[in-house]
Amino acid sequence: MERDDIIEYSLDISHTDEEGKVLRKRLWKVFWILLAVTIFEVGMGWYFAEHAGFKDILMYTFIFLTIVKAGYIIMIFMHLGDELSSLKKIILVPYCFFIAYLLFIAITEANFIFDIGWVLG
Amino acid sequence: MHNLISLHMSHNTEVLDQKTLWGGGGSPFKVSYGKLMIWFFLISDALTFSGLLCSYGFMRHKFSSTWPSANEVFVHFPFMGDSHVPLLYVGLMTFILILSSVTMVLAVEAGHRRSKKEVQVWMVLTIVGGFFFLFSQVWEWSHFIHGTEIGAVKDIIVDGEWVTQTVHGANLHYNEYGNVLFGDFFFFITGFHGFHVFSGVVINIIILIKVMKGHMDKTGHYEMVEKTGLYWHFVDLVWVFVFTFFYLV
Repeated sequence: MERDDIIEYSLDISHTDEEGKVLRKRLWKVFWILLAVTIFEVGMGWYFAEHAGFKDILMYTFIFLTIVKAGYIIMIFMHLGDELSSLKKIILVPYCFFIAYLLFIAITEANFIFDIGWVLG
Repeated sequence: MHNLISLHMSHNTEVLDQKTLWGGGGSPFKVSYGKLMIWFFLISDALTFSGLLCSYGFMRHKFSSTWPSANEVFVHFPFMGDSHVPLLYVGLMTFILILSSVTMVLAVEAGHRRSKKEVQVWMVLTIVGGFFFLFSQVWEWSHFIHGTEIGAVKDIIVDGEWVTQTVHGANLHYNEYGNVLFGDFFFFITGFHGFHVFSGVVINIIILIKVMKGHMDKTGHYEMVEKTGLYWHFVDLVWVFVFTFFYLV
């Protein structure tokens, strides 16, 4: 049986030692960025666990930083940034669309449920 | 970054016209069938996790008055006794997972150079990191299940009757720290993620054995390492969100 996973483009995904050096440098750089963001988050979370205040700003900061981290993981570690833009779109656009829809439904419903004072059990 | 993209693409400089591109025989996305399919699988898996986290947020909003703060639940650190250190342990778990993600992507990079020895080293380190994470999670679950010495007085159902009694820790029926749903979501979501980590470790071990036996040299490329790498990074990606929504906000 002919293998369909080797006839296409998998053989093109290769690079030389010099190119590898550049890529490795980029990967370690991303690691330090992710580590710094995580340490910052833990530090902020720890500090504000004892000191109240800035709750909303803090929450949006954490969510923003999470999306930044997710972007680095998807684009650099999962190599999506290096793929063709058509592939990027078919992966990201449907997902973002469904999540926007899900969040919209969930927030609308949550507000309704909150207002009527529904109690569980 | 842009020159890196062209560097990646430089092996494939021939420009295909629209007819050849979509006429069959080649992938218009310049990825193999398997890699495209693992991406589609990851999208569906990401939607599952999004749904779970969304319902978690829904219930947390609804029961915000009885919802416990993670900073008061997960305050332990190994070898530090009863000291109160919120977030530090889960921060360490995040660090372990990010580190194992880097070792995985370095294995993928070594695979692109067809360096069998380096692929093996990085994959072994990734598997070790995966086990470290799994055991960390066991430790944290165990602390959450056993709870504190003092416990808390809660109304719980015993043999179909509501009774008021002191409970320690949390399970699917009661939760010392607050709302029962917090425990339910915690066990389900971190458990579902932990199961992904576990299966990721198993898949990594299988691929490592295949690499060691020289299967990748026979097919002429290390794309299986890249595919399992995608799954492993996805596990890291999910944890980033679980970490934020369970422990930080």
